[in-house]
Amino acid sequence: MGPLIPNGILTNEWNIIIAVLIGLAFGFILEASGFSSSRKLAGVFYGYDFAVLKVFFTAAVVSVIGLYYMDYLGWVDISMLYVHPTYLWAAIIGGAIMGVGFVAGGFCPGTSLCAVAIGKLDAWVYVFGIMVGVFIFSEAYGVFEGLYNGSFLGNITLVDSFDIPANYIIFGVTLIALVAFFVSDIVRKRIKKVFY
Amino acid sequence: MDKSSENNRHVYWNPYFGGFLLGLLIIFTFYMTGRGLGASGAMKSSVVTLVDKVSHEHTINNAYYSKFVKDDESPMNTWLVFESLGVLAGAFISGSLSGRMGFRVQHSPKITSRRRLVFALFGGILFGLGAQIARGCTSGAALSGMAVLSTGGFITMLAIFGTAYLFAYFFRKNWI
Repeated sequence: MGPLIPNGILTNEWNIIIAVLIGLAFGFILEASGFSSSRKLAGVFYGYDFAVLKVFFTAAVVSVIGLYYMDYLGWVDISMLYVHPTYLWAAIIGGAIMGVGFVAGGFCPGTSLCAVAIGKLDAWVYVFGIMVGVFIFSEAYGVFEGLYNGSFLGNITLVDSFDIPANYIIFGVTLIALVAFFVSDIVRKRIKKVFY
Repeated sequence: MDKSSENNRHVYWNPYFGGFLLGLLIIFTFYMTGRGLGASGAMKSSVVTLVDKVSHEHTINNAYYSKFVKDDESPMNTWLVFESLGVLAGAFISGSLSGRMGFRVQHSPKITSRRRLVFALFGGILFGLGAQIARGCTSGAALSGMAVLSTGGFITMLAIFGTAYLFAYFFRKNWI
């Protein structure tokens, strides 16, 4: 039963090989979906291209339905999967800073790596900027430490936060995604086309 | 560049197809490793390694770097670094197959490449800083978090996209 490596079904040496293979597929999918183009990515914020919204939410819905279904079938133990921890204010403020960085720079870290690989020089500068940002955070860690470690709510899920069964939440998330896809197509038809 | 690859350059996959495959990949990643995907982690490891090379004393005395420095192995020896090397290779293969390779600065015709690079640097710095505060970026926190219904993952996703929409007006000249 999965997850295979934490359960000792595959040895730890496989971890590195799997990491490279998963990365290979990740990079290929992102690049082939057009995520190596900052102008395509930024389209989601101006309504001329909704690829980010569609790829991102399709992936989220497919993965959450798949993982919970595999748990139901007994193929994977969902309680063993790593749940990203919730530090409330760090998530809000960190996310807000990332949002400004996204619309200013036109990439997020994963997509900038794809653009680096195909030679976009703006992405090289962007990755350098990310490293400067990490450096600033680390050197000024004392300033951010309270925010970084504060308001810790545990490795909680929406099931814990709302006290609603997972299947209703997943159904709700899926509905929201479908409505977002529908609305995004209407918006895009009304917005002046941008050629890039 | 010949005509057919010129025409192919901007032909991308259907976004629902790309998203579906990405969803399957996230399931596979959790099934194998028990964790999700990531991207900014590799850049953090690179910074820790560079600073460690310059001054080991500094890294072990800094409360943040010291979390990632071990005595017996390089800080580069992490899952996300190997995954990110794969991302570079995978994107290189896809870009090569579709004729999208080439050194250039991509920007709107209304702005100069210099302006584009300044904003890329500034955006990168903010994203790097924000990703450390939130313990992950769009891949590690938002996407992989949402796959297991992590509350923090959903909050990070809403904060990233919500703020980007709020600030989009101020950066519109760069894009449209």
